[in-house]
Amino acid sequence: MWTKALGTAAVLAMSVTLAACGQGGGAAKEQTLKIYNWSDYIDPQILADFTKETGIKVQYDTFDSNEILETKVLQGNTGYDIVAPSNHNIPRYIIAGAIAPLDKSKLPNNKNLWPDIMSHMEPFDPGQKYTVPYMWGTIGIGYNVKEVAKRLPGVNIDSWSVVFDPANLAKLKDCGVYYLDASEDMYAVALNYLGKDPNSKNVADYQAATDMMVKARPFIRKFHSSEYVEALANGDICVAVGYSGDILQAKTRAEEAKNGVELAYVIPKEGSQVWFDVFAIPADAPNPTAAYKFLDYMLRPEVIAKASNYTQYANANLPATPMVDASVRGDPNVYPTPDLFKRLFVTTTKDQALLREVTRMWTRVQTGQ
Amino acid sequence: MKARRDRTSLTALAPFLWLGLFFLFPFLLVAKLSLSETALAMPPYAPRLDWSQGIAGLKAFLAGLDFETYARLPTDRLYVVAYLSSLKFAGVATFILLLLGYPLAYAMARCTPSVRRALLMAVILPFWTSFLIRVYALIGILKPEGLLNVALRAVGLGPVSLLNTDTAIYIGLVYAYLPFMVLPLYAVLERQQHDLLEAAADLGCTPLEAFWRVTFPLSLPGVAAGSLLCFIPMVGEFVIPDLLGGSSTLMLGKTIWTEFFANRDWPAASAVAIVLLFTLVIPIVLYQRQQAKLTELGR
Repeated sequence: MWTKALGTAAVLAMSVTLAACGQGGGAAKEQTLKIYNWSDYIDPQILADFTKETGIKVQYDTFDSNEILETKVLQGNTGYDIVAPSNHNIPRYIIAGAIAPLDKSKLPNNKNLWPDIMSHMEPFDPGQKYTVPYMWGTIGIGYNVKEVAKRLPGVNIDSWSVVFDPANLAKLKDCGVYYLDASEDMYAVALNYLGKDPNSKNVADYQAATDMMVKARPFIRKFHSSEYVEALANGDICVAVGYSGDILQAKTRAEEAKNGVELAYVIPKEGSQVWFDVFAIPADAPNPTAAYKFLDYMLRPEVIAKASNYTQYANANLPATPMVDASVRGDPNVYPTPDLFKRLFVTTTKDQALLREVTRMWTRVQTGQ
Repeated sequence: MKARRDRTSLTALAPFLWLGLFFLFPFLLVAKLSLSETALAMPPYAPRLDWSQGIAGLKAFLAGLDFETYARLPTDRLYVVAYLSSLKFAGVATFILLLLGYPLAYAMARCTPSVRRALLMAVILPFWTSFLIRVYALIGILKPEGLLNVALRAVGLGPVSLLNTDTAIYIGLVYAYLPFMVLPLYAVLERQQHDLLEAAADLGCTPLEAFWRVTFPLSLPGVAAGSLLCFIPMVGEFVIPDLLGGSSTLMLGKTIWTEFFANRDWPAASAVAIVLLFTLVIPIVLYQRQQAKLTELGR
């Protein structure tokens, strides 16, 4: 009897799979460039302009976490010509031989890159041998101005203690606090807050950060790396540790919705992590020629400025800066002041054994187990 | 005579081919993976089978496999707790599903055929919307400023905070799997003959007694089918706990995800999946056996 019911379920499942298959296939004669980038992360007009100029058709797919991207790329044969990983994963891609070294002679516009920013890329891609920066930003605190002021009257929201000190968190709990579900990012800022090296190789440092976050855990509503954008904008939560652009996006959404939610973003005074999303060419890219054309196109000041205007993130292209909208360029949360910039740090890869330890500790932070 | 037997065996081959191709082969791949070790390479595990070396390559490959990953599983409480927690969620949800699904299926089976058809359609209808969208809709209902709280406020109650709690997971599980419980129950209940109840009444049973002594025992295959159909996928459920649950909820789907994506430890993820498979297969096999025995007795 129950086998019959299973049969019905199987037929159903099959029809779903068939529908999903209909989209693939169909090799095009003309040149195609396959890009795999973060979701909602490029002005569609840029891709259209690129196709118009070069005749290369762009197939653009998106992902929403570094883990998904890395798992796919390491599996090989993804068919992508351009991928966009973040800084702390790059050394792993390089060691695994997953991304190809760049031939700079094919990137004449590479000279436009901003030396000050590029020095921050040294820890993960020394000499810029493998990657071209796309956007960079910071990790900080996004908060609902009115709701937080009600619960923490007179407290200046400029320190990581807002999200790490249980005394503050206890007052914020009812209105909702989110942490990123990105262990490496959270440990980097937690270590830095504790006055330790954010790139520490010492397990004991991570243990100290774990102990601190375990104490904070009862007051954290959720660990998630993207939901906080909606949640902040809707007024469902009042504090989130998150990425600068995401929180600024939430702020824009709340303003557009006119729902009375007023959001702000702050890079805490103790300093924070600067991250990079970079473009790289997978070692097995089917069309590297088109990939180089695209990279060089994205290195043009006017193009990358347009991209920044859309994403509200800073780029690493010096001549592009004056072309970026004043509202983006003038925001110290996007283009930090030189003084603030000195307090930013960058993270790099952990070895497999440490990574395992840290992931395990992170599970303990999240679940108490 | 012989030709005909060949044809039947050919037809019988089809499901075996299907099973081999879509179950056994992937299973062996995962099993092989679970015996490997992680490596910083493409793909991120070792050893890999090197066909160019012929038999020597195969030997080297087999020598590289070990059970180290399995030995590691019981040493960390995390996996044990995740297993138990998954079993608890699936078990409790299955029980709630039975409590809800049985009366529903029973009422449907007692309707006139035309109403029955309409109700059956209503049970299947949710499948026409993507599962993911329905779970997202639940978020819209359960969230702090969601539909449920707005409705509760309108009648002067609440607010309740349900999203990101275990209760939300139960709501999600019960909602998503209800059709899988109702359909097999309905199938057995609909086929039951009314004469049996009349006979029971003639022999002095009250309607309630008749239900417990006739209807329910006869519907047990449906109860078992529905329970298995819900319980098994719920143990490995990932989407519902991930979207509706809180951070402290530990379930196997999430554990496998963490191993696979965050730790890039494909062998550990595979080992957890294989152990899960075996813990689920054993009760099914036991059930199958018992069913077979019952059918034989019946004859």
